Amino acid sequence: MNMIQAINSAMDVMMERDPDVVVMGEDVGFFGGVFRATAGLQEKYGKNRVFDTPITECGIIGVAVGMGAYGLRPVPEIQFADYIYPALDQLVSEAARLRYRSAGEFIAPMTVRSPFGGGIFGGQTHSQSPEGIFTHCSGIKTVIPSTPYDAKGLLIAAIEDNDPTIFFEPKRIYNGPFDGHYDTPAKSWAGHADAQVPTGYYRIPLGKARTVRAGEALTILCYGTMVHVVEDTVRAMGLDADIVDLRSLVPLDIEAIEASVKKTGRCLIVHEATRTSGFGAELMAQVQERCFYHLEAPIERVTGFDTPYPHSLEWAYFPGPVRIREAINKIMKD
Amino acid sequence: MTDPDDHGAVQGHEGRNLPPLRLHVPEPPARPGESADFTHFDIPAVDAAPRPDEAAAPGTMRDLAYGLVRVLDADGVAGGQWNPKLPPETLLRMLRTMALTRAFDARMFRAQRQGKTSFYMKSTGEEAVSIGAALALSRDDMCFPSYRQQGILIARDWPIIDMMNQIYSNKGDRLKGRQLPIMYSAREAGFFSISGNLTTQYPQAVGWAMASAAKGDTRIAATWCGEGSTAEGDFHNACTFASVYRAPVILNVVNNQWAISSFSGFAGGEATTFAARAVGYGIAGLRVDGNDVLAVYAATRWAADRARANAGPTLIEHFTYRVEGHSTSDDPTAYRSAEESSLWPLGDPIARLKQHCIALGIWDEERHAAMDKELAEHVRDAAREAEKNGILGHGLHHPMESLFEDVFEEMPWHLKEQQQQMLDEWKAAGL
Repeated sequence: MNMIQAINSAMDVMMERDPDVVVMGEDVGFFGGVFRATAGLQEKYGKNRVFDTPITECGIIGVAVGMGAYGLRPVPEIQFADYIYPALDQLVSEAARLRYRSAGEFIAPMTVRSPFGGGIFGGQTHSQSPEGIFTHCSGIKTVIPSTPYDAKGLLIAAIEDNDPTIFFEPKRIYNGPFDGHYDTPAKSWAGHADAQVPTGYYRIPLGKARTVRAGEALTILCYGTMVHVVEDTVRAMGLDADIVDLRSLVPLDIEAIEASVKKTGRCLIVHEATRTSGFGAELMAQVQERCFYHLEAPIERVTGFDTPYPHSLEWAYFPGPVRIREAINKIMKD
Repeated sequence: MTDPDDHGAVQGHEGRNLPPLRLHVPEPPARPGESADFTHFDIPAVDAAPRPDEAAAPGTMRDLAYGLVRVLDADGVAGGQWNPKLPPETLLRMLRTMALTRAFDARMFRAQRQGKTSFYMKSTGEEAVSIGAALALSRDDMCFPSYRQQGILIARDWPIIDMMNQIYSNKGDRLKGRQLPIMYSAREAGFFSISGNLTTQYPQAVGWAMASAAKGDTRIAATWCGEGSTAEGDFHNACTFASVYRAPVILNVVNNQWAISSFSGFAGGEATTFAARAVGYGIAGLRVDGNDVLAVYAATRWAADRARANAGPTLIEHFTYRVEGHSTSDDPTAYRSAEESSLWPLGDPIARLKQHCIALGIWDEERHAAMDKELAEHVRDAAREAEKNGILGHGLHHPMESLFEDVFEEMPWHLKEQQQQMLDEWKAAGL
């Protein structure tokens, strides 16, 4: 399965198992979603459980909060993460705080799916990575898969979870892994070990990182599309790096991070989102608080720049192999 | 050449033979020191508003969004097609519930002035809006209120001592002292957690109603917002969803004419009624005398029956007047005419129902005075009991570590770590 099929399979499995799971969003019903992630679900489960919505992200999330309070498990889709900003108040002030403010009387057990990230020439409004906004807000979980196998297992865990979860899907790797070389032909998930996805139920617990490859030279913390870019760059450099795919930012697998950095003594953080106040800043703070005496070089980060996401200069903006290699060389020099 | 309407606008575009454009900034009819004037307000007769069939198409009842549904006339006589013809025991229950709400408000307002809590909001003059609706709904219908519908909880016989514990944020507060006073949550009473962000409850109510419909349930949802916050995007998101899916929901707009110091003109009230918002969405819209508890009851009952018959949502504008300040942090004499509330032509909802009950021969002034005295003692005793659980800032609150509970279903490591750090810091400080 590619990642789209794995995500579709996760929703299919959960709708089959739990009659309270409903899927909603712009174009998700009859059409099956602009990326086809919800294809076939309305036909199988009916319009009461899979339905198209008006074009109002704030309305979609507000309605999902009410459905969750009723006792359903809504899985709303926001068509592009760039469109999530109108829904911020309902996500941050309402869904994320409902359990706290009502001392558990009401909950909003929703899983908001949204394609995110760049690398597809999507310009300013189809490329952003807003995960840092949500990790900053208490009461909401943020999950980002990097393989079809993880996407299905993590999405099932998110739908089963009783807390509101943002599930960001790295759309650049929907159809195949991406090594950051934009001028080479697109790859496919076909034949990839992480694309061997069981058709039935399985879950990957939220808050457990994945060791992409174990090494001794340095730790690289990354998630989403960047996992593949980092892996390919490290392989090309012939470096013995410890690559940690975080999988979920809240909850964060701090034990895996701490163990890896204490082992290697060096740390690089890579994400697509803009740098200032990005999640990399939190990772740097955590690593320096916990591993300061084990560090042999300053922590580095490769991120998007603090500009709006550009169109024609996308490859200058994207934290690709060139920038990652330079950062690794800098860390390894000390 | 001078233009008498030009108030100093920048002159420009010389050579263009056009009048300068002007910006209209609304201004209420009267400011402090000026006389309030309600002569422009035409009160239609009690029998002026027809009562359509509950399943009628919205397009056939547009006039109801611009008129005023009334039951009680100026003499307290019930009439017209909307007369719900309630039995005496229901009328007296309405009267008592409204009086209890007013007594509760008076006591809690005083408690705030005595420094026992940080904040309070009275519903004086608007009691009929909550209580008429609550009695017309089924007990298991879900309410998504705004911050001035304490009458719903009282009408559903929720213990007022529980409400007081919340207002004092004390150790008896089921919400663990996390919410501003009056932002109740009572799932068992069908009363959704109140948000301080305005009108966010509107799409949530529609979502709850859609879920009920999708599951083949029979329960409906109702929600309330002020006329000022109909300007919020959430109001319009909710109307769109309610209309599109014909959600079994009642969308109430409490037009009490003042959003803190901004009069209803800043929400678009000069141009049309708030009930007329329904017309553009193809929703049934009713404009109701919000100080006539029988009209509120009748309209809500009609809308509830409509929702239960799968005929779709109803938007009800309750035309009323905010007699008191917005909250204990507000001084209305700074921005509106002092006489406005006494000249408000639709009167006081308790006085009007009392007059009706006396005319029916089921009530009298003596019994009313005795009831008021009894209710004042009742809320005084309840407040004394609640104060035994503590008042704000005097130590009797939930345990410190509860600060970190309920952020997530299970406490993650970073919250456990911060919780421990807080406890260690207090211990180290010798506290």
